[in-house]
Amino acid sequence: MSKPIVTLNSVVIRFAGDSGDGMQLTGDRFTMDTASLGNDLSTLPNYPAEIRAPQGTLLGVSSFQLHFADHHVRSPGDAPDVLVAMNPAALKANIKDMPRGSTIIVDKDEFTSRNLTKVGYDANPLEDGSLDSYKVHAVALTSMTVGALSELSLSRKEAERSKNMFALGILTWMFHRPTEATQKFLEAKFAKKPEILKANLLAYQSGWNYGETTEDFSTSYEIAPSKMQAGTYRNISGNTALALGLIAASEKSDLQLFLGSYPITPASDILHELSKQKKFNIITFQAEDEIAAVGAALGASYGGALGITTTSGPGIALKSEMIGLGVMLELPLIIVDVQRGGPSTGLPTKTEQSDLLQVMYGRNGESPAVVLAASTPSDCFEMAFEAVRIATTYRVPVFLLSDGYIANGSEPWRIPEVDSLPAISVEFAKTQENFQPYLRDPKTLARPWAIPGTPGIEHRIGGLEKADKTGGISYDPMNHDFMVRTRAAKIEGIEVPDLIVDDPSGDAQVLFLGWGSTYGPIATAVEGLRANGQKIAQAHLRYINPFPKNLGEVLNKYPKVLTPEMNLGQLAMLLRSKYMKDIVGYNMVRGLPFSTAELIEAAMGVLDV
Amino acid sequence: MSDLTLTKKDFTSDQEVRWCPGCGDYSILSSMQAFLPELGIPRENIVFISGIGCSSRFPYYLNTFGMHSVHGRAPAIASGLAIARPDLTVFVITGDGDALSIGGNHLIHALRRNVELKILLFNNRIYGLTKGQYSPTSEQGKITKSSPLGSLDTPFNPVSLAIGAEASFVARTVDSDRKHLTETLRAATAHKGSALIEIYQNCPIFNDGAFDIVKDADTKEASLLQMIDGQPIKSATHGVVRNGNSLEVVELSSVDESQLIVHDSHNPDPSYAFSLSRLSGSTLSHVPVGVFRDVERAGYGSMVHEQLAEIIGSQGKGDLKKLLHGGDTWEVH
Repeated sequence: MSKPIVTLNSVVIRFAGDSGDGMQLTGDRFTMDTASLGNDLSTLPNYPAEIRAPQGTLLGVSSFQLHFADHHVRSPGDAPDVLVAMNPAALKANIKDMPRGSTIIVDKDEFTSRNLTKVGYDANPLEDGSLDSYKVHAVALTSMTVGALSELSLSRKEAERSKNMFALGILTWMFHRPTEATQKFLEAKFAKKPEILKANLLAYQSGWNYGETTEDFSTSYEIAPSKMQAGTYRNISGNTALALGLIAASEKSDLQLFLGSYPITPASDILHELSKQKKFNIITFQAEDEIAAVGAALGASYGGALGITTTSGPGIALKSEMIGLGVMLELPLIIVDVQRGGPSTGLPTKTEQSDLLQVMYGRNGESPAVVLAASTPSDCFEMAFEAVRIATTYRVPVFLLSDGYIANGSEPWRIPEVDSLPAISVEFAKTQENFQPYLRDPKTLARPWAIPGTPGIEHRIGGLEKADKTGGISYDPMNHDFMVRTRAAKIEGIEVPDLIVDDPSGDAQVLFLGWGSTYGPIATAVEGLRANGQKIAQAHLRYINPFPKNLGEVLNKYPKVLTPEMNLGQLAMLLRSKYMKDIVGYNMVRGLPFSTAELIEAAMGVLDV
Repeated sequence: MSDLTLTKKDFTSDQEVRWCPGCGDYSILSSMQAFLPELGIPRENIVFISGIGCSSRFPYYLNTFGMHSVHGRAPAIASGLAIARPDLTVFVITGDGDALSIGGNHLIHALRRNVELKILLFNNRIYGLTKGQYSPTSEQGKITKSSPLGSLDTPFNPVSLAIGAEASFVARTVDSDRKHLTETLRAATAHKGSALIEIYQNCPIFNDGAFDIVKDADTKEASLLQMIDGQPIKSATHGVVRNGNSLEVVELSSVDESQLIVHDSHNPDPSYAFSLSRLSGSTLSHVPVGVFRDVERAGYGSMVHEQLAEIIGSQGKGDLKKLLHGGDTWEVH
C-alpha cells in the first residue's frame, strides 16, 4: 500500500553532525537536487573553525541549513522543520532551535552511554521522554549502513563513512527529490575509487528504500516548484558568484585579472575559484602575507592589469598601509573583504558586519576609498562587476564587503546573458609631450592610468604628497589641503544608482534600512509584517561610500528608520553623522544571521510607539 | 636594440638630487645612470620601485618609470608588476632597514620565487632617514641614539640571508668603485631571475667611515677578496683556501697559489657561495666582492606565463557564457 503524500509550501531542514561526518556535502547535494526541482531556496552552512575538532563533542558540530519553498525564499529560515542529528552532540547543539512538533531524525547507534556522557547528557534523550513533543525517528543509521555494505570488501570504519548518504537517501525519499544528479555526482567524485563509489551509491539507495518501506516513516512530502522569473538558473554561493563577477568584469574590460591573495577564512574560496579559471588568462599569486598580496595587486594594477586582493577583516588590518598608497597613487584596486566575527581572530567561520568602519576609516590620514556591499549570494556577482567598473573608471581603491553568511550561503541565481553585461571601457594614457600624471579628467576627477611601456610619459609617483597636475613631490601647505579635498571630492562625486525604496502603501512611517547580508532576513520580516497589515517601507544600501545621492531625502521622509546590523551600530553611526538623522538600531553580534522573528519583533517595537 | 642611442643624460630626471653632501648614494646613482644606456632597453620599459629610506628616493632621479612605495614592501609591489608585465625590466631599490628589517619577509620570498627583479640593497649599516638608529646590519655593540649602551642585536649578513633564501644570483660591491659596481650591474641584469646586489654604501652623517677599510687606498687592496670566475679568490695579501668543510682566509705567503679556491659562481651547491659569504666578519678585514652565486633557474614570471599559455593552448581561451552556465543548471519557463 502506498504511503500518503502531503503537500507543503515551505520546509527548513538542518543536517547536523560531527565535522568529519560530511554534513556540508550532504546539505549541498540535497540543495542541488532541490534546486533542480524548481523550488526557490536559501542555505546556511555553519561549521567550527577547527578542521577536525574532537569527535562527538559540541565544539565539533557542523551543520547545514536549507530553506526551500514553492514561493520566493529570502533567508535560510529561523526554525528547522526537520533536524537530522548524526550523534548526541548534534542533537544537543541544535535542539534549542527546534520548535515543538518538528521532526527529528537521529542515528540511534551513536547514542551510546559514552557518547552521551561526552556531551553531558545524564540520561538518553531518546528514552527519558524529553523529546516527547517532537516527532522523533530513531534510525539505526550506522548499523544499517554497515549492513547494507556487508558484501563489499570494506572495513567497518570505511563502511560507516557512507552513513551520511544513507541519511540523504531517507530525506530524498521523504521530500520526493530526484536521485539521478546525486548518483552522477558520486560517480564523478569517486571515479577513481570504485569500491567507495559502490558503497556510497548503495548506502544512498538503501536509505531511500528504508524510507519507502519502513513503517517508521508514514508520510512523505511534496513542495511545488516556485514561480520564478523565466531564465536559466544555477544554485550559487556568494564566494563563487563574486569570483565569476570579477572574471566577467575582466572579460568585459579586456584587462588581465591579477589576484594577489593570502589564504584566510572565509575568503579563500574566491582564491580557489579564480585559480581554477586560468584559461581566462587570470594570474593568481598566493603571496607570502596579506601585505604582499595587496602590494602585488597594486603593482600589477600600476602595470595595467586588473589588480584585486581578497581577504577578511584581519587581512584588511594588515593591508591598510598599502591601500593608503593606492589612495595616494590613484590607481584602480579592488579589495574584497569577506567579513567574519572579530576583533582579532574572533570567530573565523562565523558571520559579522563589523568591518564597515575599518574599511571606511582604518587608514592613516584623510584616506577616502569606495565601499560597496553585496546583499545576497547572487548579488556578489553584480557588486563585483560594479567594483571593477568604479575602480577602473575613477582610478581608486574600491572595497567590496561580503560576509561569511552570503559567502558560504547559496541561492538560485538567474544567469545573466553575457551580452547584457555592459562593457567597461578603459583607456590608458598615450604617448604625449609634457605629460602630467595628476592632470585630472574634469568630470570624474580621475588621473590618467599611465602604464610603463608607453614612450614619452615616463614619470615617478609615490606615497609622498603630490603637486596638483604634475605629480611632483610637494610640501606646499595649500597644495596638500587642495589634494586632500580633491581626493575626497573624487570619491564623493562617483555616480551610483539612487536608493530604491519599497513602500507599497506610500505612507509608511517606519523605514527598514539595511546593508549587506541582512537583506534576506529583513525582506522576509517585511513580508511577514505586511501580511499582518503593518505599513512598513524597506530599502537596502549596496553603495556605502559614496552613499546614493537621494539617501538624505529618503531618510527625511520617514519619521523612524530601523537599521539592523550584525555589529554595534556602524552604519547607524555613519548615517547619524552625515544626515543628522536619528537611527533606531537593532544590533546583535552572535556570529549568525538575524532571524525573521526577532526582526519582526524589533519592527513591532518601533511601529507600536 | 642597438639602434637605441641613449646616453646618461637621457636617464637623468629633472629632479634636484637631495641626499646629504658626500652620501654614497650619489655615486651609485651616477653609475646607474651611466650604465642604463648600455642595456639598450627603451626608457619606458624600465621601472624602478623603492620602499622607504634615504636610498628609496633613488627612482625620483631617473627618467624612467618609477615608484616610491611603502616601507619594506617594494619587492611585493615589484613582484606584481614584473609578473603581470614580463616585457618590463624592474629594479628594486632598498636599504638595510627597508629590505632586512621591516621588509625581510618580502625580500626572502621574492628571492625564493626567483621573480625577475634586480634588487639593489644599499647597506650603510644604519638608519639614515630616521636620523641614526642601529639597523639590522649594524655591528653588535654599536652605539647609536637608540642604543646608547650598545646594540645587543646580532647583525644579518645580507648575502648569507639571500643564499639561504634560495637566491639564484647574489653579489656584493662598493658604492665608490664605479668600475666594479658597473660590472656587477651588468652581471645582475644579464641574469634571468632575481638578482640581489649588496652595495656597501657610506652614510657620511650617521655612520661615516663604516666601510673605510674597503675604500681607503692603503687598506682596500688587502681587504677586498676579489671573486672572479676561473681565478683564485684573493686580495693583495690574502687568499681563500679550503679548511675541512669550510673556507678560510690565509696569508698568501703561507700557501702555494695552487691551494687557493678558484671561483665558480655557477657552482650549483649553495653551500659554496654560503661559505664565501661567511668570510666577512663584522670588522670587514676580509670582504669577498663580486658575484657569489649565479645559477640558472626558471624565472617566476616566465613560469606564470608558460602555465597560462599551456592551459589556454590545451583547453582554449575561457568562454564566459560557458563559465556562468557551469555546474547544474535548470530552466524556468
